[in-house]
Amino acid sequence: MTMQDSHSLAPGRHSARTTTPGPVDQGADVQPYVTADGRRIGGVLMDLRNITLRFGGVEAIKNISFDIREGEIRAIIGPNGAGKSSMLNVISGFYVPQEGEVWFKGFRRGPMRPYQVARLGIARTFQNIALFDGMTVLDNIMTGRLTMMKSNMLQQALWWGTAEREEIAHREKVEKIIDFLEIQNIRKTPVGRLPYGLKKRVELARALAAEPGLLLLDEPMAGMNVEEKEDMSRFILDVNDEFGTTIALIEHDMGVVMDLSDRVVVMDYGRKIGDGTPDEVRNNQAVIDAYLGVAHD
Amino acid sequence: MEQLLYTAEVVVNGLMAGVMYSLVALGFVLIFKASGVFNYAQGVLALFAALTLVGIQQGQVPFAHLINAITGSHLEHFGWTVPSLLAILLTAGVMILLALAIEKLVLQHLVGQAPIILFMATIGLAYFLEGLGDIMWGANVKSLDVGIPQGISETAEAWTAQLTGYGFFIDRLDIWATVIAALLVAALVAFSQYTKQGRAMRAVADDPQAALSVGISLRFIWIMVWSIAGFVALVAGIMWGTKSGVQFSLSLIALKALPVLMLGGFTSIPGAIVGGLIIGVGEKLFEYSIGPMVGGATENWFAYVLALLFLVFRPQGLFGEKIIERV
Repeated sequence: MTMQDSHSLAPGRHSARTTTPGPVDQGADVQPYVTADGRRIGGVLMDLRNITLRFGGVEAIKNISFDIREGEIRAIIGPNGAGKSSMLNVISGFYVPQEGEVWFKGFRRGPMRPYQVARLGIARTFQNIALFDGMTVLDNIMTGRLTMMKSNMLQQALWWGTAEREEIAHREKVEKIIDFLEIQNIRKTPVGRLPYGLKKRVELARALAAEPGLLLLDEPMAGMNVEEKEDMSRFILDVNDEFGTTIALIEHDMGVVMDLSDRVVVMDYGRKIGDGTPDEVRNNQAVIDAYLGVAHD
Repeated sequence: MEQLLYTAEVVVNGLMAGVMYSLVALGFVLIFKASGVFNYAQGVLALFAALTLVGIQQGQVPFAHLINAITGSHLEHFGWTVPSLLAILLTAGVMILLALAIEKLVLQHLVGQAPIILFMATIGLAYFLEGLGDIMWGANVKSLDVGIPQGISETAEAWTAQLTGYGFFIDRLDIWATVIAALLVAALVAFSQYTKQGRAMRAVADDPQAALSVGISLRFIWIMVWSIAGFVALVAGIMWGTKSGVQFSLSLIALKALPVLMLGGFTSIPGAIVGGLIIGVGEKLFEYSIGPMVGGATENWFAYVLALLFLVFRPQGLFGEKIIERV
């Protein structure tokens, strides 16, 4: 694979997406800026400092630091086994790193369980699709809003008092997302019966239903055909554009990532080997070596 | 005509006996559905609930034997009795505390283990609870009376007599059991379909990892499910305890729930009900028609033979999810 073949998937408007590079250095004062296509990139939303994650004697992540800024699309790329998914699992609380600090919205996060992280407003999708197969598309997406429901058990069971109003309000939000992702026609279909590409989209919808401050996508385009990849790219951009959702995504298909993201972290063998705008990363010798498989000494 | 009416009476009684089986099976289904654990201790949970209910109701001092043995005192009763309804509520409270303790002391340490490990843990739990029940409330046979009437229902007899010319024998306890079971199932369905906690429970049952990612706490759901299973066990304990007294053999009703589960499927609440009814009716009809030819007592084994047949021809049960293993 070469660096050049990676543009084939770009839907038209992406070329306008080359961003004015913001300050990238850790610890440097970050200034909000506006991208070429008019999106506002704010301050640091999540800051990962010196993260090290071990499984027994294996170091999956070795002393990695980077940040994610409000409103941006941040990609983490790298060859298979580079530690990308582990990194995402650290952010979403599924793994607790042995060393390092996770800062979110200016506060240091203590060791948390995944459901607590989710309630902070960090939603995610999974590489191998984790949907509730027995439920319909609509019910699946509604689960994204479960923890926001305030009326009590008895009211909900009897459909009484605030329960009805609340349910309707949540339904409206969910319907908006369904329209947005163009899955109206499968609303009542049990998820187990859907094809792969649509499942991925439903999973994105469920994550969006939580109105997350940070959306984590674990290989959103893995296993998709070209058309599905284009659709997914478009949805990711639109979500970021319309809702202003900050997105961190993992991909090992570099082409897709370069067109989507504002900034890219490149990992290899658990280390960070590059960090910057797509252009900077593309011209980084270490990155090129990693992707072309140059032997390490 | 007479023959037909007899048969009808047998069927009605079978249906009602079946409801009693369903009550026990429900507790199994709840826990199996939500956590994939076959809870061997469900029967003992019913026994423990019934023992606690009688103990509270009659004002027994818990651990009286133990306390007396250590301090040389002669405690036995507080000297008061507690009204039935209050006693039931207090017992429900005890069952919730028990669920909390089980999660904290057992389940929490076994997160992510294979189902067989958790199954083994519930076997241990069954023996522990059996002993705890003995030590807390004594091993003697107790009678349970929370005001549910027993004996032949004259109304039903008069009504059927007027309608068909032959008065059916229907036990009032069975009628009550049917009504209570119907209410319980309606409440469970409303809970799991419409409440936030119920939906969260279904989500956890479907995919625990995905449930975590939308902010559902697995621990909370496990405690909740065990509390509900404890409450269902309490209801089953009340009905069976009223019928045949509170004693160790009460825990063996779990064995009757097994064929019900094999028929209805381990993951289906309606399955538990229908399975119970089929076994109830089947076993009464079989005893009525074939029983005399083979010397009777077919009720002891009929359910298991039926379950075996199901295992051969439809292992997932009537309503269970088909087991597909991808290779």
